[in-house]
Amino acid sequence: MNKETSAKNSASFLRSRRGTIKRLVGYLLRNKWMTAAALILMLASNLLALLGPKISGAAIDAIAPGNTDFDKVFLYCGLMALFYVLSAALSYLLSVLMIKLSQKIVRSMRREVMQRLLTLPVGYFDSHPAGDIISRISYDIDTVNTSLSGDLLSIFASLITVTGSFIMMITISPVMMLIFAVTLPASILFTRYKTKRIQPYFRKRSGKLGELNGYAEEMLSGHTVIKAGSREDFVCSCFNRRNEDAVSAYYDADYHGCIVGPSVNFINNLALALISTMGGFIFLSGGISLGDLSAFVLYSRRFAGPINEMAGVLTELQSAVAAAERVFRLLDEAPETPDIPGALNLKSIRGEISFNSVSFSYTPDIATLRDITMSVSPGQTLAIVGPTGAGKTTLINLLMRFYDADSGTISVDGLPSLQASRKSLRKGFSMVLQDTWLFDGTVRENIAYGSSGVTDEQIKQAAKTARIHDYIMSLENGYDTLLSDEGSGISKGQQQLLTIARAMLSDASVLILDEATSNVDSRTEALLQQAMQSLMKNKTCIVIAHRLSTVKNADCVIVLREGQILQRGTHEQLLASPGFYRDLYYAQFS
Amino acid sequence: MKQIFRYIRPFTGRMCLGLAIKIIGTLMDLALPWMLAYMLDTVVPAGSRSNIILLGLLMLLAAVIGISGNIVANRIASAVARDTTRAIRRDLFARCMSLSCTQVDKIGIPSLETRLTGDTYNIHQMVGMMQRMGVRAPILLIGGICCAFAMEPALALVMLAVLPFISAAVYFISKRGRQLYREVQLAADSMVRKVRQISKGIRVIKAFSTQPAEESSFESLNRGLSDKEQRAGIIMGASNPIMTVLLNLGLIAVILTGAFLVNAGVSQSGKIIAFMSYFTIISNAMLVVTRMFIMYSKSSASAQRINQVLDTPEDLERLEDNTVYTQSFISFQNVSFAYGGTPCLQDVSFELEEGQTLGIVGATGSGKSTVIKLLLRLYDCGSGRICLCGRDVRSYKSDELHSFFAAVMQNDFIFTGTVLENVRFGRDIPQSDVTDALKKAKADFVFNDPAGIEKHITAKGTNISGGQRQRLLIARALAGKPRVLVLDDSSSALDYATDAAIRGGLAKENMTKIIIAQRISSVMNADKILVMDAGRVIACGTHEQLLDSCAIYKEISLSQIGGAVLE
Repeated sequence: MNKETSAKNSASFLRSRRGTIKRLVGYLLRNKWMTAAALILMLASNLLALLGPKISGAAIDAIAPGNTDFDKVFLYCGLMALFYVLSAALSYLLSVLMIKLSQKIVRSMRREVMQRLLTLPVGYFDSHPAGDIISRISYDIDTVNTSLSGDLLSIFASLITVTGSFIMMITISPVMMLIFAVTLPASILFTRYKTKRIQPYFRKRSGKLGELNGYAEEMLSGHTVIKAGSREDFVCSCFNRRNEDAVSAYYDADYHGCIVGPSVNFINNLALALISTMGGFIFLSGGISLGDLSAFVLYSRRFAGPINEMAGVLTELQSAVAAAERVFRLLDEAPETPDIPGALNLKSIRGEISFNSVSFSYTPDIATLRDITMSVSPGQTLAIVGPTGAGKTTLINLLMRFYDADSGTISVDGLPSLQASRKSLRKGFSMVLQDTWLFDGTVRENIAYGSSGVTDEQIKQAAKTARIHDYIMSLENGYDTLLSDEGSGISKGQQQLLTIARAMLSDASVLILDEATSNVDSRTEALLQQAMQSLMKNKTCIVIAHRLSTVKNADCVIVLREGQILQRGTHEQLLASPGFYRDLYYAQFS
Repeated sequence: MKQIFRYIRPFTGRMCLGLAIKIIGTLMDLALPWMLAYMLDTVVPAGSRSNIILLGLLMLLAAVIGISGNIVANRIASAVARDTTRAIRRDLFARCMSLSCTQVDKIGIPSLETRLTGDTYNIHQMVGMMQRMGVRAPILLIGGICCAFAMEPALALVMLAVLPFISAAVYFISKRGRQLYREVQLAADSMVRKVRQISKGIRVIKAFSTQPAEESSFESLNRGLSDKEQRAGIIMGASNPIMTVLLNLGLIAVILTGAFLVNAGVSQSGKIIAFMSYFTIISNAMLVVTRMFIMYSKSSASAQRINQVLDTPEDLERLEDNTVYTQSFISFQNVSFAYGGTPCLQDVSFELEEGQTLGIVGATGSGKSTVIKLLLRLYDCGSGRICLCGRDVRSYKSDELHSFFAAVMQNDFIFTGTVLENVRFGRDIPQSDVTDALKKAKADFVFNDPAGIEKHITAKGTNISGGQRQRLLIARALAGKPRVLVLDDSSSALDYATDAAIRGGLAKENMTKIIIAQRISSVMNADKILVMDAGRVIACGTHEQLLDSCAIYKEISLSQIGGAVLE
């Protein structure tokens, strides 16, 4: 499904290069005043710079052997100094303004990307490597930034020069239009044609760098395992393949892009050669004066410079467009379906949960859950067991509304969960997953995550309940110890205990434990369970576990297999009747 | 930067060729206006049609040589940049992979990642642009100065008097720039770290509804990065106006001096005018040179970050030591280890013979996994000695040491690719062995899938369940037919039946096994079981012995087996 939409996306993007540019300009227009100020400053500083040569000419005119008017010379030199300093000051002001403007835009782009990321369904993160997301928010936005602050400025500057020369030439001699008839359309058409042709190369260049980053991220994350298996060479050779792709894509873009500048230059040179040769003939046949011819040629030369530069900058701009496309594509990803209009903000949840003929599949042809009906009353514990891949975690995904069911309803306190706002619904649950998530921060911050205004005492109490307090105290800086890189350096079991402590702080009335203690030793777990008994008493608990000790005390056990409920009942009931559960149970003694 | 130049060196020949072509192209570009002037000033007034055509053709030729020269030279420049970057990135990645775990922990994965892509990208741009821009400007600069000297040395000297000031300005600005760009990269690292964290913890973030908090903490990093970039940009942006002012002051000095010279009759005002046009050429060239300096300082900040990784000293060096310390296959002798100041293992000793099975049990955080990490020499022990086949593990070459083992680690890793690729893990393993291993690991889900072993697995195995991941990892370990199989809590997500079935199969395998487990049932048949607590081995023996002698073991065992129900 994802593949299909992305293919459609790329097709429509091919058509909408203009759309991308429009959107980029839109960012500029959001800062109208700054943009306008920049344009005015640019004009002023260019004009001032043009005045310089005029004054210097006047100064030189005042110089004559034995008869130099030194007062005038000094005056003009003083004026020149003034103008140049002023012009430099203006141009500096301009570049500061441009930097501020582009930083403002880039900052808001990054903010928007982050806002979007946080509203995307979790499925997006499952299917997009973190490295690629990172590449978009750092490298791609960076490229846009470089373009905005540098290239845009030169485009404007060249535009001003071109327009200026254009006006001057028309006023001097309309015959000069002949030059435009040759060089300008040719240059413009060529540049347009070329930039359109090279766009895909720049798109590929950005994409490949993203892939490379994705791979680097993936492999760096697996560094320890790769080392343990001495698989460095293998990984390096895979990396080198992607590296080759990335540098080749860069080269291809360069290879085709580097034609534009010299070619436009060539068109101008060709025109120059033609004009001077033809002009020579016209002069010989008496059609033009030598002075007019020189002026003609001179202006066409002056014209060539900015056209050339503009062609070059337009080529550079392609990389920005390609990068911006990748950013916009992320911004255009569909967020989680919004809450229905008038969605209820659940104040508190009693904790009655029921699934009614719920079916779900991640991919259209493979059903993950089929016709699930189950319920749990407030304060009760529901255990879900079953072989791996049976769909246990998917149940949690649906309950938390990370995904929405294809059919059937999930109700919380009798209210279909689709009718509640996601935020209030999730606030009612506190969830601990097997795959722990710790972030760079102190132990204290990690435990307090998601709960506002908790005291140190509460944090300590939670850690004690989670049986991790003693360990924390054994660390050099206790609760202020910095966890780095998602908690490397502490064992997985300890990571799980920390996230359990985090859940303890939540006052949610439903506790979800998805293999939350899979790496905790059974003795610690037993102690933990004792400690949690009181805590769980008033809460509805949904527990996914393999350990029978966890399951034994549940009010109801659901046995799930291949997306269907196979058996249900208490531990004793299930053991009493022959079936999958009993087989599972006795497997431990075999 | 020196090291970066070392990477360019192999391409010196090609680069020189490119530069030579570029010089020809540039000369042609410069010759055109000269021919034009000659045409208008001499040939046309002379009135020879054939000469006009001849010169016209020559101009055409120059234009053709110009375009082809420039294109070819640009392409060569891009190729050199490509090859340089490829080599730098290759070595950098290889070095990243060979860094020890401690070193990776210290630099941090997000930072390594930006160095691998962002910083090498800066170098790539620099190498390419330098070659493309670095020809025309110096030619114009030197040519302009030479012409100026040839015409009027005194005025030329006056003009050159600003050069020291310019150099000083460039020097200070680019030095400051390097530092500023370094700060920019550091800020970028923190931002990347945050994005990475968020994309990994999205479920938890959503569950706690902490999006606003995450957004605002990202925003402060975003702002920090932006401020640093802005500061660097503003400082570096000053170089251009400073340069313009200095150059123009030089020009004013030239006019003033010229005024005196002309007044004294030593020079003519025509020379001053001609001087002005040279001056324009020189100052334009100078501005390009300044731009190159900015780029240079930006990429030298990146170069420094790259070198920092490349130059990280090898820790975990191989020890020249062929002493045979013990007759046992694996032995730990009074091993102690601390991680970041916190002691993890204290005085751990045990022996294991080849073919035996060692079980390790103990509380969370008691140091079980650390034993494995030290045995595989992912870290070096603080004191004591670890021996394999009698030799110190530190005396083995890394791949030689690791060839003994196949380990399934707790935070093991599954990468984007097919099941087959994941099991092979880049080793040369026949497909039949892969299938065998998958069967032994009870990874039936693979065979039930229509795609079979070609089934695609996403990064971190997000499209299969936790238990399926573990089976895949066990298959990967078995497929290598190692001498020692290490399983670190690798059945935690497996249901009992599957676990038992896999264990039953493993029991028939004739290899040394080290099994860390929470479930007593996973280790009860081991030849030797270590019971660990707080980094120490508190008991060692067989299941029966430990049941008699070790209270903790007995407690764990009873709590799990729940004897009451059974008997």
